[in-house]
Amino acid sequence: MAEGKTMVLNMGPHHPATHGVLRLVLELDGETVVKVTPHIGQLHRGIEKIAESMNYQQVIPLTDRLDYTAASLNNLGYCMTVEKLLGIEVPKRAQYIRVIMGELARIMGHHLWLGSHALDIGAMTVVFYTFRDREMIMNINEELSGYRLTPSFLRVGGVAKDITPDFIKYVREFVQWFPKAVDGYNTLLTDNIIWRKRTMGIGPIAAEEAINYGFTGPSLRGSGVAYDVRKAAPYCSYEDFDFKIPIGENGDVYDRYLVRMEEFTQSLAIIEQAIENLPEGPVTVDNPWVLNPNLDDVMQDISALIRRFKIQCEGPQVPAEEVYQAVEGSKGELGYYLVGDGTAQPYRLKIRSPCFILTSALPRLLAGVMLADVISIIGSIDIVLGEIDR
Amino acid sequence: MDNAGVVARIKSSFPKQIIAESEFRGEQRITINKDAMLTFMRFLHDDEELNYDFLCDIVGVDYRPRKPRFEVVYVLFSMRDFHRLVVKLPVEEGEEIPSVIDIWKTADWQEREVFDMLGIRFEGHPDLRRILTWDDFDGHPLRKDFPLLGKDFDKKFDPDTIKVV
Repeated sequence: MAEGKTMVLNMGPHHPATHGVLRLVLELDGETVVKVTPHIGQLHRGIEKIAESMNYQQVIPLTDRLDYTAASLNNLGYCMTVEKLLGIEVPKRAQYIRVIMGELARIMGHHLWLGSHALDIGAMTVVFYTFRDREMIMNINEELSGYRLTPSFLRVGGVAKDITPDFIKYVREFVQWFPKAVDGYNTLLTDNIIWRKRTMGIGPIAAEEAINYGFTGPSLRGSGVAYDVRKAAPYCSYEDFDFKIPIGENGDVYDRYLVRMEEFTQSLAIIEQAIENLPEGPVTVDNPWVLNPNLDDVMQDISALIRRFKIQCEGPQVPAEEVYQAVEGSKGELGYYLVGDGTAQPYRLKIRSPCFILTSALPRLLAGVMLADVISIIGSIDIVLGEIDR
Repeated sequence: MDNAGVVARIKSSFPKQIIAESEFRGEQRITINKDAMLTFMRFLHDDEELNYDFLCDIVGVDYRPRKPRFEVVYVLFSMRDFHRLVVKLPVEEGEEIPSVIDIWKTADWQEREVFDMLGIRFEGHPDLRRILTWDDFDGHPLRKDFPLLGKDFDKKFDPDTIKVV
């Protein structure tokens, strides 16, 4: 078509299929997308700047608001970064509780992805089933922490408190129930001819190109690269658990879908192993430089009293060093680059948001596709604007 | 390849590029100088033994009032060896550094973010616009002389005291 005959269509920021406040300026030639310019930042809250004025424990609730669909995983990444800087390792029981919380959060994130992805493409039923099961995890979160969506349950140096018998009961109930639910999702979509026609061969990206564009997580694994931080650099006792990394072949929307569907099962396997083999012991490190000393000691010992006072007033002090720590978030490699300056506040906290990087590849993924496929591709890379804009 | 091997390999090809190196919690970090930086980065990406094909992150840090004021940190990763290398580049205020977008396409938005948040310009970037703030935003939020509570855009503030004049 001749120059000047294209149409510019503004999609978003208030569009249900953009999964938040993402604005896309689409240049269309008929129904074919010629050029895409994503605009982000509508949800920018300056979390990195705010973090510079807080102590290390106070930052934790902020991280919940990054990828709010899988909040505990953000806590996990942040706490592990600070612990790496401090050079402490949390007790085994706390690690297992973190794994359970993290994997539940991953399932929760995938629930929201599956429901809204299917809803975007036109399969309305799925969202009711995923939200029914997501509710079970929300109840587990509520039982443990009092919060349903953003538990903020992890702490630098461990977790907030020990788990309750009810928590174990609910998790076991969920573990028993969930395989049936996953079968249900598969029945609805995986072999559904309409679903396959809308997703197969759409938005493919080859492995090498995906790496060059910085893809991580299920979006990269859909292209056939078996990179998962949990296996590549095991953290938080992930080496204790037996699980597989599902990978795709073609890197299209359908393969990314299959990878995430399999991750439901794998995450559940991890949760089951963790809850059945939960070690006994404390749930926080015994380190008075990081957390409050034991209350009995505080009553008896003047130095413990001083330490408690210092921890309460200032928070833990970290060395003047810098570290990068990555965890496998529900969207991809969630990394924190933390610069400490010897005080109790972060000097600089940079969050490597997987969604931010995936969104930056949208001009490549969307070039030349049909308008109707735009929403299925956006759905397949599973973005959360809270994490993109930070 | 382990940390020592990586540094030895780099030094054999680019003996003058590294100006400082350190290791902390098992992570290798090198500070490089800006001369021939682009050739050096391409070497890290292309070299058979190093193979840093994945750019995790670009971080800008403001060390005001230290000179040089900024530091741009490239977190590189090899998908084949699962090895991470942190490359740091000191940048003076107002200084332009070369864009690595031709080597790693993922650098596009990451460099835009560093520009938006800290005001470091990347030479050769095709589309260096603000990304998280709006286009006519005044100032760079993650600079240490930017007030935490934001600016009252009607009033001037003193960057040294970070208070409204």
